[in-house]
Amino acid sequence: MSLTIIDGVIILAYLIFTVSVGAVLKRYTRTSTDFFLAGRAIPAWVCGLAFISANLGAQEVVGMAASGAKYGIATSHFYWIGAIPAMVFVGLFMMPFYYGSRARSVPEYLRLRFDEKTRAVNAISFAIMTVFSSGISMYAMARLLQSLHVLDSPFAYFHVSASYVFDVSVIASAVIVLAYVLLAGLISAIYNEVLQFFLIVAGFVPLVFLGLKNVGGWGGLVERLPRAYTHAWQGLSNAGSNPLGVDWFGLVMGLGFVLSFGYWCTDFLVVQRAMAADSMEAARRTPLIASVPKMFFPFLVILPGLIAIALPNQAAVEGASPRTSAAAAVSPRIGRGIIPAKIDERTGQPELDAQGQPVLDYDLAVPNMLLHYFPPGLLGLGLVALLASFMSGMAGNVTAFNTVWTYDIYQSYIHRGASDAHYLWMGRMATIFGVAFSVLAAYVALRFNNIMDVLQLVFAFVNAPLFATFLLGMFWRRATGHGAFCGLVLGTAGAALHQGFTLPAGAQAGLNGGWLGAVVHHYPSQMAQNFWTAIWAWSVCFFTTIFVSLITRPRKESELVGLVYSLTDRIREKHLVWYKRPVSLGIAVLLMAAILNWVFW
Amino acid sequence: MQLDVRMPIGLLFGFLGFVLAVYGLFSDRDIYRVSLGINVNLGWGLAMLIFGVVMFFFGWKSRRAV
Repeated sequence: MSLTIIDGVIILAYLIFTVSVGAVLKRYTRTSTDFFLAGRAIPAWVCGLAFISANLGAQEVVGMAASGAKYGIATSHFYWIGAIPAMVFVGLFMMPFYYGSRARSVPEYLRLRFDEKTRAVNAISFAIMTVFSSGISMYAMARLLQSLHVLDSPFAYFHVSASYVFDVSVIASAVIVLAYVLLAGLISAIYNEVLQFFLIVAGFVPLVFLGLKNVGGWGGLVERLPRAYTHAWQGLSNAGSNPLGVDWFGLVMGLGFVLSFGYWCTDFLVVQRAMAADSMEAARRTPLIASVPKMFFPFLVILPGLIAIALPNQAAVEGASPRTSAAAAVSPRIGRGIIPAKIDERTGQPELDAQGQPVLDYDLAVPNMLLHYFPPGLLGLGLVALLASFMSGMAGNVTAFNTVWTYDIYQSYIHRGASDAHYLWMGRMATIFGVAFSVLAAYVALRFNNIMDVLQLVFAFVNAPLFATFLLGMFWRRATGHGAFCGLVLGTAGAALHQGFTLPAGAQAGLNGGWLGAVVHHYPSQMAQNFWTAIWAWSVCFFTTIFVSLITRPRKESELVGLVYSLTDRIREKHLVWYKRPVSLGIAVLLMAAILNWVFW
Repeated sequence: MQLDVRMPIGLLFGFLGFVLAVYGLFSDRDIYRVSLGINVNLGWGLAMLIFGVVMFFFGWKSRRAV
């Protein structure tokens, strides 16, 4: 499969446009507040769509379809349980402190509420994490473009070897994101994220439409798939009777509480979008507005995975649609639906698991669907949707990184009391270095896959306890800086210990766990192990923080006004019409999520 | 106070929709075998064009109001 001129025109138009948006917005960016916080002047709906889009990276779009193909509609738990309640919570209960305290970043809130060392731990780990995650997603995107071979013929036209597809994709995407963030900072990232949100929708709606039409609608899809694939909750009473391999308690507590609240309520990547809002009401409405499209995204990103697995295997219909098999990197002859088996790069043979079954390359679900259904023209739009998701995720990481670096590390520990113009300059420098390090990380991922796996594991340990610290910080005035710091450190250690002493069923000791020698407990699946690691980390952090806080000196209550729930005036929203009040919006969102869970029970 | 985000969205969707729809009008029917025989370029291009015009219109209106 190769791109035609029409696809090239569409992709080029998109790329030129994103950079132009930055160029037009440049004149509004004069101070560091403009650059890092978009001048706190963005309306709620724009922040809301940027909030959702920054989270909607390529790994989300490609990965959710992959788990859809692997686990079925149960993947929607990552949305309806693993996102919506936390988004409502952060909007209603936490945004008043983030926005109201005038902190410029999440680590800065920790500085105001607790102390310098708690901020330092959070700021430094967050800065490293954002650089690496944007590197990893850059790597994933470039590998995808490489394995689809869509750029091979344009490259051949310019007499460039196709072996440079990876390098060119990495460098080109880095330069474009760099250009538009550098030009106008957060506002340009936010405007592009809103644009990218609509492009992702525009690229995926026709895909789902054609796919569903082909398999005979939802009813036809249900008929073609095993029962467990189209029900989200049935079988969750027992870990052994559902494809996820988790029980409902591990799912609700591990994913729905610890992991989801830890991400949506404390990750500056998303919270930054709400902090750019033009008023307190707008900041509180931001995550609530974001949760509405979030709720319906499973239909756009998970359904393609289900359809891909439900289609007749390509071996059986060879000739009916010659494109997919000729187009995809790997012939799907061995595989399910249009998802091929993974091929071992050294032997050229399909990889087999312990039972001798081929391991499927689920990440190719969305790309193969695009190639399967989209004619020239729409194919360009589909690729734009993939590029857009990738760029919005990367720009999210870059803007969060430059803010945390400049305010929480540079201004706090390296160079205090400089002029605003100096910090604005530093922010631009941090953008360049952040992108450069991400490119480096992408190449590290290419060379040493294992290093990236280790790093992602370490990040998971660091993130798991975070929400306990914020929960106690915001709702328990007695929590102290020493308590928070000890809680974070021990919580991370608790996560590592738990992971080191347990192992998912059928896995070898090593990165999967059990690296501390003895295996105390076997989990039915890796997902179950991850959820329980999070639950452990959270509990250790929670109780350590309480214990240490009680034996250390409390802070004066006058210093905590505006930072802790019980010492802060309730927000009055009586002047708003009832449907504009964050509380009524939150209730409506939760009701809708409950209905969706019921429909797909 | 500044550029309304609906204007760039309207412009890009308008342009992409227009290009897709025109391509859909003149393209060979054969390429739509993959999309179940439906001329998705024309249909979806028109939908995007309308969305783009509506977005641009509202962005333009709010700019005039300020």
